[in-house]
Amino acid sequence: MVVAFVLAVTLAAQGGGTNPRALVWGGDAEGGAPFVEADPADPSRVRGFDVEVAERIAQGLGSGRSARFQQVQWSDIDQSVERGDFAIGLSGVEDTPARRARHAVTLPYFEFREVLAVRPTDASGIHSLADLRGRRVATLGATIAYELLIGARESTGVIPISYDDDVHPYADLVTGRVDAVLLDHIIAQRALRRRGGTGFVILDQPVAVGHYVGVLAHTNTALRDSVDAVLRESMRDGSLEQIFRRWSVWDPTQGVLFDRVLRSSAAATPAGAASTGQALAYAPSLARAAVVTLLVSVLSMALAVFVGLALASGRVYGSTVLRLATTVYIEIIRGTPLLLQLFVIYYGLAGVVRLPAFLAAVLALGLNYAAYEAEIYRGALEAVPRIQLEAARTLGLSEVQILRLVRGPQALRYALAPMTNDFVALLKDSALVSVITVVELTKQTAIYATNVGSWAVPGALCAVVYLAMSLPLARLARRLERRWRPAA
Amino acid sequence: MSALLVVERLSVRYDSRHVLRALSLEVARGEIVALMGPSGVGKSTALRAVAALQPFDEGRIVVDGFALAPGPVPPESRLVPLRRRVGLVFQAHALFEHLRARDNVTLALRHVLGQSRVQAEAVATELLASLDVGTRAGAWPSQLSGGEAQRVAIARALAPNPPLLLMDEPTAALDPARRSALGATLRRLSQQGRGLLVATHDAEFARAHADRVVHLDGRTA
Repeated sequence: MVVAFVLAVTLAAQGGGTNPRALVWGGDAEGGAPFVEADPADPSRVRGFDVEVAERIAQGLGSGRSARFQQVQWSDIDQSVERGDFAIGLSGVEDTPARRARHAVTLPYFEFREVLAVRPTDASGIHSLADLRGRRVATLGATIAYELLIGARESTGVIPISYDDDVHPYADLVTGRVDAVLLDHIIAQRALRRRGGTGFVILDQPVAVGHYVGVLAHTNTALRDSVDAVLRESMRDGSLEQIFRRWSVWDPTQGVLFDRVLRSSAAATPAGAASTGQALAYAPSLARAAVVTLLVSVLSMALAVFVGLALASGRVYGSTVLRLATTVYIEIIRGTPLLLQLFVIYYGLAGVVRLPAFLAAVLALGLNYAAYEAEIYRGALEAVPRIQLEAARTLGLSEVQILRLVRGPQALRYALAPMTNDFVALLKDSALVSVITVVELTKQTAIYATNVGSWAVPGALCAVVYLAMSLPLARLARRLERRWRPAA
Repeated sequence: MSALLVVERLSVRYDSRHVLRALSLEVARGEIVALMGPSGVGKSTALRAVAALQPFDEGRIVVDGFALAPGPVPPESRLVPLRRRVGLVFQAHALFEHLRARDNVTLALRHVLGQSRVQAEAVATELLASLDVGTRAGAWPSQLSGGEAQRVAIARALAPNPPLLLMDEPTAALDPARRSALGATLRRLSQQGRGLLVATHDAEFARAHADRVVHLDGRTA
């Protein structure tokens, strides 16, 4: 029955009126123009130079093939293509030795420059990464640019800040959260156009050059060779140049690249030196990220406990208005995604107060968990038997003293187990703060995994570190509970 | 002998049903008064009203010059004089489960009377010893037997030295030997000049140890 259902769903999904001869290619429409973006005229379609490159490849493969787009998160393209989600990934995919070692990679079809963007006031003093010692330099995680910055951290002392998207680095450059952005020249020029040409300037001298390639499953070398043949042909017949010109990304360096590709069958040397040996270099980063996770979690929990206690007191002891206000806060926080709250506090409030990422992370997590803690404390306070409170009253203790000396301590015992659960959950939820540029354990693991091209070792290592932090907590809570609730 | 506690025509209703109707009684210093009656006739309600844990609808309660009037229970801030005058030992003892026996006794001494920890612990040690639970000072409430817990609860109620001590069904969980020991303890407390009002359904205990028995219908023996 179940098997039949799965089969039916699978067939329906594959059937979907698609041409079995279609070339399914993966890309990330969130990456936007000029690579891949949803077509404003028909958002169910995509457009961009990578879209046209895919169509040119499909057409060149013959037999009336067409290209069919498959949306995929940019950072997951490699994993997805190996899983067989699509035949080829094309979306500003960079040529790196790690990618070549793990996957079948096409020949380079576009040459990009890694360029620095800085605020106009800084432009006179900054000419290269070396001028950015001790300054914050933003880029997209798991890219050649990120590798360059990691390398530069040792040699020139820049502080790399990794983002999940290529829009916010420039927004944060303009507001002063970061001092420079290192990214592909196409992305930098697009960001500058969107800002009407103001807010920052792009330095002329590139930091490095790199190439966009198509990526295929490592077993799929036959198709890769066919794609390479089509790419060569499209370089020769000018169709690739036409595509790039249509999207205004053509420049003389592309012609030089085409000549070089057509002259030799060997691929161009990629920029950024990411060797497999560098995987080991991630160990200190992983340790640093674990410390960040622990710090964010501990500080957030402290804030959550403090605010949660205040909210619970308001709900149990407060006036009608206060009870209503605390209830509204708790329901709003519990009823909306933590991710949304993170964005609102970091980006939404940026116009009013520009919080550093770490502080915004602690605030968002702490204020979110405070709502859950408040409900735990309220339940715990209400669980203390009334007779205990009456006994305290007959002794002459004031209401505040009763809360502090009798009700609070007894409620704490009821609250301890759910609080520990919450802290362990918070430890894991802290992974979300990577969306506002805080590189914590999970983010660092993802970067590491992308670099070595596998999740197996980084994933296992990451799990071990999380367990090492959460298991002792559970033990500690059990011990405290035993101490406070001695056996009769 | 001037009355320490005067209760006049005390009535308590829950939803128009009388739980207590026109109870009058007096307790003098040095006197043990038993409040008798079967379960459910309002003995506990009477004690709770005297301890201002429970509002009453009619009548008057005066403890050593401090008067309670019908209507809602006043806020704690206005009950400070009453709290100094009345101690209550609950039937279920209601010891603070998160505190050891000694700390149950020192709580009011330190936080209401403002004694130092050393002072308060000296008082607690002496009180617990006088009630034969001196060796249990370090125990948690859950580690005490019913009789031990009751004596710790008496020590806790006595610690601030109130002139009036209320006890709710103190013999409920005691064997006969313990009952007469409790009777001797109550006598000793009354001889120190305290007034004791003991709610009980135990006629034998009341006859043996009380100076007077007040039946809840108002008869006095």
